[in-house]
Amino acid sequence: MSTVNIKIEGIPYQVENGLTILEAAKACGYEIPSLCAFNHGECNAASCRVCLVEATGARGLVASCVYPVAEGMEIKISSQKAVEARRRSVELLLSNHNKNCQQCDKNGQCELLHVANVTGARDDAFAGVHSETYLDTLAPGLVRDTSKCILCGRCIARCNNAHALGILGFENRGFKTFVSPAQNRSFAESPCIQCGQCVNVCPTGALMEHSEIGLVDAAFRAGKHVIVQAAPAVRAALGEEFGYPVGTPVTGKMIAALRRLGFERVYDVNFGADLTIMEEGTELLHRLTEGGTLPMITSCSPGWVNYAELQYGDLLPHLSTCKSPHQMQGAIIKSYWAKEKGIAPEDIFVVSVMPCIAKKYEEKREQEKVNNIPDVDAVITTRELARMIRKSGILFNRLPDEEWDQDIMGDYSGAGVIFGVTGGVMEAALRTVYFKLTGKEKEEIVFTEVRGHEAGIREASIDINGTTVNVAIASGMRSARVLLDEIRAGKSKYQFIEIMGCPGGCINGGGQPYVRSCFLPEEDDNILDTYKEKRAQALYSEDERQVIRQSHNNPQIIELYEKYLGEPNSHLAHELLHTSYAAREKFPEK
Amino acid sequence: MGAFQGLKRALSMDRQAVIDEVLASGLRGRGGAGFPTGRKWQFAYGSQSDTKYVVCNGDEGDPGAFMDRSILEGNPLAVIEGMMIAGYAIGAQNGYFYVRAEYPIAVNRLRKAIAQAREVGLLGENILGTDFSFDCHLRLGAGAFVCGEETALLNSLEGKRGMPRPRPPFPAVKGLWGQPTIINNVETLACVPYILREGAGEFASVGTERSKGTKVFALGGKVNNVGLVEVPMGTTLRELIYDIGGGIPNGKKFKAIQTGGPSGGCLTEEFLDEPIDFDNLVAKGSMMGSGGAIVMDEDNCMVDVAKFYMEFICDESCGKCTPCRIGTKRMLEILTKITEGKGTMHDLEELEELSDTVKTNSLCALGQTSANPINSTIAHFKDEYIAHIVDKKCPAHVCKSLMEYHIDPDKCIGCGKCAKGCPANCIERSDYTAPGHKLASMKINTQECLKCGNCISSCKFNAIEKR
Ligand SMILES: Cc1cc2nc3c(=O)[nH]c(=O)nc-3n(C[C@H](O)[C@H](O)[C@H](O)COP(=O)(O)O)c2cc1C
Ligand code: SF4
Ligand code: SF4
Ligand code: SF4
Repeated sequence: MSTVNIKIEGIPYQVENGLTILEAAKACGYEIPSLCAFNHGECNAASCRVCLVEATGARGLVASCVYPVAEGMEIKISSQKAVEARRRSVELLLSNHNKNCQQCDKNGQCELLHVANVTGARDDAFAGVHSETYLDTLAPGLVRDTSKCILCGRCIARCNNAHALGILGFENRGFKTFVSPAQNRSFAESPCIQCGQCVNVCPTGALMEHSEIGLVDAAFRAGKHVIVQAAPAVRAALGEEFGYPVGTPVTGKMIAALRRLGFERVYDVNFGADLTIMEEGTELLHRLTEGGTLPMITSCSPGWVNYAELQYGDLLPHLSTCKSPHQMQGAIIKSYWAKEKGIAPEDIFVVSVMPCIAKKYEEKREQEKVNNIPDVDAVITTRELARMIRKSGILFNRLPDEEWDQDIMGDYSGAGVIFGVTGGVMEAALRTVYFKLTGKEKEEIVFTEVRGHEAGIREASIDINGTTVNVAIASGMRSARVLLDEIRAGKSKYQFIEIMGCPGGCINGGGQPYVRSCFLPEEDDNILDTYKEKRAQALYSEDERQVIRQSHNNPQIIELYEKYLGEPNSHLAHELLHTSYAAREKFPEK
Repeated sequence: MGAFQGLKRALSMDRQAVIDEVLASGLRGRGGAGFPTGRKWQFAYGSQSDTKYVVCNGDEGDPGAFMDRSILEGNPLAVIEGMMIAGYAIGAQNGYFYVRAEYPIAVNRLRKAIAQAREVGLLGENILGTDFSFDCHLRLGAGAFVCGEETALLNSLEGKRGMPRPRPPFPAVKGLWGQPTIINNVETLACVPYILREGAGEFASVGTERSKGTKVFALGGKVNNVGLVEVPMGTTLRELIYDIGGGIPNGKKFKAIQTGGPSGGCLTEEFLDEPIDFDNLVAKGSMMGSGGAIVMDEDNCMVDVAKFYMEFICDESCGKCTPCRIGTKRMLEILTKITEGKGTMHDLEELEELSDTVKTNSLCALGQTSANPINSTIAHFKDEYIAHIVDKKCPAHVCKSLMEYHIDPDKCIGCGKCAKGCPANCIERSDYTAPGHKLASMKINTQECLKCGNCISSCKFNAIEKR
């Protein structure tokens, strides 16, 4: 690593060569306010003009987010000229911004408000008319409110990097510019997969999850039996909302909080994950031994399912017919559990806490209903849960650690836990398939070949009793499409593929806490590179702590089949736990 | 094709020698900034890459400018030849012409010229028996002003939205599709064959110390002879306006000349004897730009002029960066307020703060220079701004909200022609008959007047005036 000598405010430092001024300053302990710059050049438009500083060797001020450091460079962050310029860029943004901060769900995590504070922006400077704005609330997953948009372009970059989809772009020009899907369509009328990756990076309240907190409140008011189930990835990230270091699992406190919010039962979706493995593992074995459509592809990520229906309608037979874990568990709650408790399914309201916003779309699908009753009634994200907790006055950090409700569906295996990270479903399924094919447990439980925490493709060949199973894993549609195109071309060598919508899997889902280095002074400079790994680690360590680590060894799962479902893939299992898919128009008639 | 003598000579020299020749000629870019062409080539020459590009900027977006069009229509081969020499010098294999689609004749002639050059083997492999291979391609621009900015142009060529890119990296290092690229204006490239054919000294024999050769101007506005003129660098503004332009029509008084289009500034009477060259115009608060030159007389309101250019910029801002996207709108809002008589002295201060902000904070030169018309009109005509703000008067009687039409009762013979053409029906007969007239004079109800000006042009007795 070559280094260069620079000075910041006259103080000498040695920094890595090739860094931008912004990155170098961070390494030296300075946070230069910035908005459009994101994640080491993931978005490097240099368009917000907030991060301006003085640097020797440049004419005028430079955008520190793109300007590289050089030997001998002297940087002034706090010169009057730079301070004034930064403040004025922010003031101009504010002059065209819908400043109803009190009603904005982003308040507290809004980077615009943050830089406004830091730069000392005057509230009424440069007042004038606002651009025409648009509000899109049609999609179940996410809401776009251009009155809050500062046109930083981070969402556009993220959608492209994650999926090569290019859903979002700039429309019009000059003062009339706004960000939207093509032709100012709704997300719901475009090939958006409602993954929420763009929401994760939006600095303001312009892109937000479509909140369902109101639905939950209404269910409580209506006196329903409100049951909550939380997905594995939530516990690995919720703590970040309350100041815990990234990667701190907060399972016990989360359960305690859910109880205090008034939920009648607090269940872990891991039970549903174990159930999914039983069904999906059996389905895979069937396909392998009876000549079904191969490779079989996992179906528990609704962002991915959306993508398949919109872009690869011809490959839908490759998808496992299994519902996703929380949908399965919802169906079981409204059938088996309801029967055991003597409660009518109509009186039950199932809330899923998810790291995901595509689940909000999934939950409303016609194919996710049994006897016209939806399996799940509301999906709230990790972020929405944090908001509910704060709103209720619960001091999260002071909560005791509590346990899941144990009745009927309280047990879970470590296999279910790792669903939350890319490769996890594959690993969980392999543990069970191995057992089914060999009649014994694999000694080395961990399938390291399939582990990871980033986007991109991983593959492995697993030898099970002389049968080689070729598997591949992809997360983010940019990598998934490589595997899909191989299948389309008849060149796929795999039998089983796991695909997750979000890069890195659910730990990096579109409903997870925002990771913003400006709000995380305690974390390392590279937190935007390392948070996925840290969250993944939280899940792997929970797997290791479990006594039962294979889905088929979960006693309550065994009991569920014995008492109710019969065999995996039985007729009743199909009715409750399996679903179907249909190709969709990318740009339906409005 | 004897015209290709310059190329022939270039190909007989080594690449560095060609660049040295262009350096020695003192040629500076005609597209706006006046950057020394040889230095630009030197940078690209020094960038290591097997693939390089030459791009010819024929976007010509300045309102009222058509120098590049006339060159492309009249002598496309010279531009092709210039591009080839540039390509040879920097080690490029391909060149792109980016020409606005609104120039169909230029586009056609260029297309034909490229095809002809290919036919006779002047473009293609092993040109003129050397190991130099080069081909030209033509791309049409949709006519956005900002697409003339070189990095926006590159994005547009790559099929992306025409928005500027931050620099560094400069195009000479990372340009078209990430490869070293030079971007030169049409007129710049058209100068190159001459330099190589006749020698740097010949080219440099015309012009001033630091601006060599000739420059084409699109002379317009209040001059008797409007149109394209080619003058040696160093010609004075007075020569341009009076000797070539034939002076101001109708015996009106010269007020200012705007050079450099919407990015430039206005120069007043006191600068008339200044020689025109790149540095001198900048030193005097304007710029040469691509050669737009609009003359204004006493009937032009300078606040209105500033507003006109700001309207243009506001429409043409690509919207990428904050200061230009929002700042130009805010400046336009204030200028509009002032021309409507609703401005305050505080607005004037805010205007100055805004123009400073947009200048220092913007990403590309469109924004950075957008306040120049405001700055120069405030510098030279602050009294006009103050007249609008404090006295609520437009001294040139241009701003409609601040002027009235008035009929001089002693000149009016009462024919009533004006009343017939008045769309607002607000002209009626008064009860005053001037001595010697048979009919009572007409008068305008200023409350209802639309200020359309119909009456003034219909009156044969010059009885109607603005005030
Ligand atoms: C907003 C804007 C518009 C421009 N339009 C043009 C144009 O129409 N033609 C042109 O040659 N240069 C234009 N330029 C200048 C180019 O960016 C670039 O400097 C020029 O093409 C370089 O060529 P030259 O060195 O031969 O002048 C424009 C610059 C800006 C900032
Ligand atoms: S939700 Fe996902 S697919 Fe849709 S625009 Fe955002 S990033 Fe792109
Ligand atoms: S929606 Fe959000 S991320 Fe996208 S451009 Fe606007 S402010 Fe930036
Ligand atoms: S200065 Fe104007 S034209 Fe240039 S990048 Fe910014 S918004 Fe676009």
